[in-house]
Amino acid sequence: MAFAHDAPERGFRLSQLIYDTRYRSLTIQAVTMILVMLGVWWLIGNLLDNLNALGKTFDFGFLEQRAGYDIAQTLIPYSNDSTHARAALVGLLNTLWVSLLGCIAATVIGVVVGILRLSNNWLIARLMTVYVEAFRNVPVLLWILVALAVMTELTPSPSAYRGDDPAAQMLLFDSIAFTNRGTHIAAIEFTRGLGVINTPLAPISLNFVAFALVVIGSIWANRKLRAHAARVQEATGVRPTIWWKSLLILLGPAIFLLLALGITFSLPVLERFNFTGGLNVSNALVSLWLGLSLYTAAFIAEIVRAGILSVSSGQSEAAFALGLRPNRTMKLVVLPQALRVIVPPLISQFLNLTKNSSLAIAVGYMDLRGTLGGITMNQTGREIEAILLMMLIYLLISLSISGVMNLYNRSVKLKER
Amino acid sequence: MKRTVCLGALAITGLSAGFASATTLEDVKARGELNCGVNSGLVGFATPDANGNWVGFDVAICKAVAAAVLGDGSKVKYVPLSSQNRFTALSSGEVDILSRNTTWTFSRDVDLKLDFAGVNYYDGQGFMVRKDLGVTSAKELDGSTVCIQTGTTTELNLADYFKANGMEYQPVSVDTNAEGEQQFLAGACDSYTTDASGLAATRAAFANPDDYVILPEIISKEPLGPAVRHGDNEWGDIVRWTLNALIAAEEYGVTSTNVEELASSSENPEVRRLLGQEGDLGAMFGLDADWAKRAIMAGGNYGEIFAATIGESTPIGLARGLNAQWTQGGLLYAPPFR
Repeated sequence: MAFAHDAPERGFRLSQLIYDTRYRSLTIQAVTMILVMLGVWWLIGNLLDNLNALGKTFDFGFLEQRAGYDIAQTLIPYSNDSTHARAALVGLLNTLWVSLLGCIAATVIGVVVGILRLSNNWLIARLMTVYVEAFRNVPVLLWILVALAVMTELTPSPSAYRGDDPAAQMLLFDSIAFTNRGTHIAAIEFTRGLGVINTPLAPISLNFVAFALVVIGSIWANRKLRAHAARVQEATGVRPTIWWKSLLILLGPAIFLLLALGITFSLPVLERFNFTGGLNVSNALVSLWLGLSLYTAAFIAEIVRAGILSVSSGQSEAAFALGLRPNRTMKLVVLPQALRVIVPPLISQFLNLTKNSSLAIAVGYMDLRGTLGGITMNQTGREIEAILLMMLIYLLISLSISGVMNLYNRSVKLKER
Repeated sequence: MKRTVCLGALAITGLSAGFASATTLEDVKARGELNCGVNSGLVGFATPDANGNWVGFDVAICKAVAAAVLGDGSKVKYVPLSSQNRFTALSSGEVDILSRNTTWTFSRDVDLKLDFAGVNYYDGQGFMVRKDLGVTSAKELDGSTVCIQTGTTTELNLADYFKANGMEYQPVSVDTNAEGEQQFLAGACDSYTTDASGLAATRAAFANPDDYVILPEIISKEPLGPAVRHGDNEWGDIVRWTLNALIAAEEYGVTSTNVEELASSSENPEVRRLLGQEGDLGAMFGLDADWAKRAIMAGGNYGEIFAATIGESTPIGLARGLNAQWTQGGLLYAPPFR
């Protein structure tokens, strides 16, 4: 009895796309992809139709037009004769500036609070718990507004500094004045300055460049000195006393340079309405910075606490057994291991802070959202272009922050060999 | 960022909703409600009263249009808008009329694709300062800090004015009039600038209005008026002629109290045409004959609205000035109804 075995059919039937598990997932993916593309195509088509119906075009020519409005806080030269593109750049730099200051402050506060929350001191640990819970459970916009209210309500108006018996006094030899509009601080000026180089983007102060070079050089020399001390210590067992050499190397050249350039201070002076001269740190910047930093620091504190708790207590017990003091245990044993847990979520907190900085308009700080996405968009009526451009810029900022932080993460993560 | 995304999404989805469909008039009739964009809070012009009902000079335009189109001045949904999001709201179809003390300018009319239905208030930009500052002229404001609403014509006028006079200033940008008021009262700025009518309205809401003065300089022309989307001319005509009807009604002495009586008794052919007794003006743009009668009955003629919301007997106390009828030396001049 012989069965004629049919050879299994090799041909491909269309029904296999649905009934054959080997192909089904591909089919589903392809169909979903087509649907998504159709959706996007419909949205874009709809947008173009409606722009047509409105008689609007899609172009970025408005960026080259005269802006016509003034901006209170500018890091680079700007006037109302500058272009909208320049205004957007001013806003972008303001965004980056407050984000940078915010990330630094949030990290410092967050690490300190995170560590203190694990403290054995009952009062300190509970206080930090209260701080964390209060800040991370209230919207950041409210904290920014609270910061602004505190800044404006607690400080005197410029007119309080006027008169024979003024209600308010400037501090530190008339070099600082707190007002309800901003903090006016004496600015550093040089009588024998090196001048500036004018570039299209911003003028570069040669004094600053020289100072930065000297400081970098000093730090480099100091590292050499410390390396030398470490070598001596390894060879002889005795670490030479170098603190005064360090101090001399770090401060000496910088002070010498400042004196050589003829450093003076230009003090803020009260004029008809406001203080002029000196540096003006606006309350808008400070309150935005405070609000963002304190809010984000609460999240960072939790991340730091989680990171520290992820290092098993056996590690610190072993370090104590070796005779390391608590702060050295933290610095040498616990934190290096905790960092690999801390850094990835820290990146997303930095991103959050940067994106939250777009709440700046609430306190009148002109960030990217205030210039390009606010006044420029409103005056030119280019909503789609301005929003797309702004989304692109925020995307690029966020990707850059992630990129840089990922590099750092690679350097601190656990090396597996 | 959240709001930005909202605006973007609004622009995109709103555009899709607003234009694929029929004309604005058909939309409004089908909806049975007029969506009217108003100021988010400017006493006298648009503000909710103690019972939450919107009242004010700009609000009255919405009511008149709703009465003309829908037969009931209360069938209005008020959408409070900031100076920043008002044009997006209009062009996206979120509102049918923008009656929000908006200045008629070339670029808004042409480039932003709006159509201004006319001028309901001839205004100009002014400055308000604390009295104890001792400032008597805007020319003395060199070096001062100025609170200013972003996204307005006043922002650009301010820059031009200080530049033309060789003066410096520090702008403090605020989003809404309420925010500006708050910053100004807190002393974050020396002066507050916006349309003079807005200054008077803002000052009227202060606890001590007498501590503040409005400087005499008017630094710009600010013809304020209701705006509609460009491209729907029929709707634009309805809003334009509703406004004209209110202005003409004052000229011919038609008030909310005597309109019924005049409709039957008036011998003036212009009044008869206006009130639908002669000709068929309403049918020409898709409304019935009584449209103007209803618009006038909703809140009175232009003069009645002015007196009830911002006139000299109200806390705001604005004089008619430029906003008097042309027969009284003002600029209000309704084209003929024929």
